[in-house]
Amino acid sequence: MSNHLHREPTRLVPVPNPNKIPERDIDKAPILECRHLGIDFGGLTAVKDFNMAIGRTEIAGLIGPNGAGKTTVFNLLTKVYQPTRGTILLDGVDTNNMNTVQVNKAGIARTFQNIRLFNNLTVEDNVKLGFHNHIGYGMWSGIFRLPNYWKSEKVAHERAMELLSIFDMDYMARYTAGSLPYGAQRKLEIVRALATNPSLLLLDEPAAGMNPSETAELMDNIVKIRDTFGIAILLIEHDMSLVMGICEGIAVLNFGQIIAKGTPDEIKNDPVVIEAYLGKRKEG
Amino acid sequence: MKSYLKNMKSVTKVDFATYLGVILAFVIVTVCQNMDLLSRQVTGMLVPICCYVVMAVSLNLTVGILGELSLGHAGFMSVGAFSGVVTSMCLSESIPNELVRVVLALVVGTIFAAITGVIVGVPVLRLRGDYLAIVTLAFGEIIRDIINCLLVGWDENGLHIALNIDGTKNIDSLGLSENGIEIIKGAQGASGNDRIATFTVGFVLVMITLVVVLNLVRSRTGRAVMAIRDNRIAAESVGINITKYKLIAFVTSAALAGAAGALFGLNYASVSADQFDFNTSIMVLVYVVLGGLGNIWGSIVATVVIYVLPEALREYADLRMLLYAIILIVVMLVTNNPTIWNFFARVHQQLRERKGGQVE
Repeated sequence: MSNHLHREPTRLVPVPNPNKIPERDIDKAPILECRHLGIDFGGLTAVKDFNMAIGRTEIAGLIGPNGAGKTTVFNLLTKVYQPTRGTILLDGVDTNNMNTVQVNKAGIARTFQNIRLFNNLTVEDNVKLGFHNHIGYGMWSGIFRLPNYWKSEKVAHERAMELLSIFDMDYMARYTAGSLPYGAQRKLEIVRALATNPSLLLLDEPAAGMNPSETAELMDNIVKIRDTFGIAILLIEHDMSLVMGICEGIAVLNFGQIIAKGTPDEIKNDPVVIEAYLGKRKEG
Repeated sequence: MKSYLKNMKSVTKVDFATYLGVILAFVIVTVCQNMDLLSRQVTGMLVPICCYVVMAVSLNLTVGILGELSLGHAGFMSVGAFSGVVTSMCLSESIPNELVRVVLALVVGTIFAAITGVIVGVPVLRLRGDYLAIVTLAFGEIIRDIINCLLVGWDENGLHIALNIDGTKNIDSLGLSENGIEIIKGAQGASGNDRIATFTVGFVLVMITLVVVLNLVRSRTGRAVMAIRDNRIAAESVGINITKYKLIAFVTSAALAGAAGALFGLNYASVSADQFDFNTSIMVLVYVVLGGLGNIWGSIVATVVIYVLPEALREYADLRMLLYAIILIVVMLVTNNPTIWNFFARVHQQLRERKGGQVE
């Protein structure tokens, strides 16, 4: 697992806003940089002038009221939608001409707001599918069970079990993904995303539907992922205890626009943010 | 050995049981055949059963594993049948050995069906669900219509092919020499073929199909295909090329159907394109659905049972199709009934507990 993640930056990009990036990442180029990102759906502007930089090992949060455009940002980053305006630099490389598959190969993995697992496959197979582009044998080796098949499948099995054991899920390896309890399904989705060897992990409401103790475990796991794999994590979340607890930088989105950026403490006390969430105090 | 069996994944056990079952069935039937226990009627059904088993297993790859409804599977069978028959007739003088000829015909049938699979698959697989089903249906009919106006002959100058689109041509317009053989005569199909298909070849074809399909499904490729079936968006998000894997599954399925078709064509003295119409596609789909989507051994059992059923019911002449329909309905109701599934699960558990108690 040691060689799991190590990508040298292909081009050094100046960090645009150093005080929003954790100290340890300051001299390094950001892993993700969005410049003036925007998308229109017909006449509706869903995201407008979205600027953000995420450090190489940062845990960043994207929050905002319902319908603010948070998931749309994720869909732009993973190229489910092609942006109308602006650029996305992943590790200094423009992702403009890439599709979803290529963006994943370039290093962005994601989970979904409503869980999207391969429900009829086993937990182990779900993780192996994350390895899909790292297993090097083709269709014919598979059909004729050439030595290549046995070797690659053995490696894939070992790596899948190793990855699962990090999250104490190795005993579930042969269960069907769809039969897992809710919390385990959420965890498996993260493991599957990690298996694709990302440098940036996008988590879309990872704590949705979880009770406080499950949320606490999830927070530990997110920090563990960052520390073990040395990757950046961007998460959308409504659970403020989670966001304030582990995020180092937070961006607040409202009506498709960033209204505030900063550390958790700055965000908590920002009047603009409070207004966006709670509304304006009536005069008089 | 016992511990090895215990450690084996349950899917691997099922696969081995499937292979064993097919081999066992083959051995029993062959022994019975050699002892003259089988009637002519039964012997005549052996090769078609092999063909339809291959058809059902290969269609299961598209419908059960890839999760896309294809209603044009008979079209690929037809392509395989006619290219196989043409191959066999062309080589009848140069290669007298029947076995070699059958194998060559099967290979050619497979290749032609695979090419057709690519041609049909590239536009069709852009669609999803009902739309895909309807377009495959249309392609199946197009293939039938094209073969219906195809004229093919063979003489010492080589292969003569003409398309009788406006209905003015007939087999004579090919200009064959005196020793020439008329192979495909438009809507009349191909007749006067050598019947060189044997049950042994059919059995080998079934085994090859099983190896290809089962190994494919249990490999990286098959995993990707099933991932697309389970969740297309998630599959894309982990870096799986949707179009590529859909096409792989679809073309493999078409190629195997081509092999089945070639065997089928070589089993009868005459075949015509109308034998491979929409009804045939639906019939194979019934085998697949009844056997269980994605369940390979289920497809085999369902094919054999449903193929034999109308023949077995022959003595109730008038009620035959009625009984056939009722049995289909009952099987569908029973296999989809949760109460019955729970009942079997309980029985299974009780058996297991009893077994566990004995060991202790």
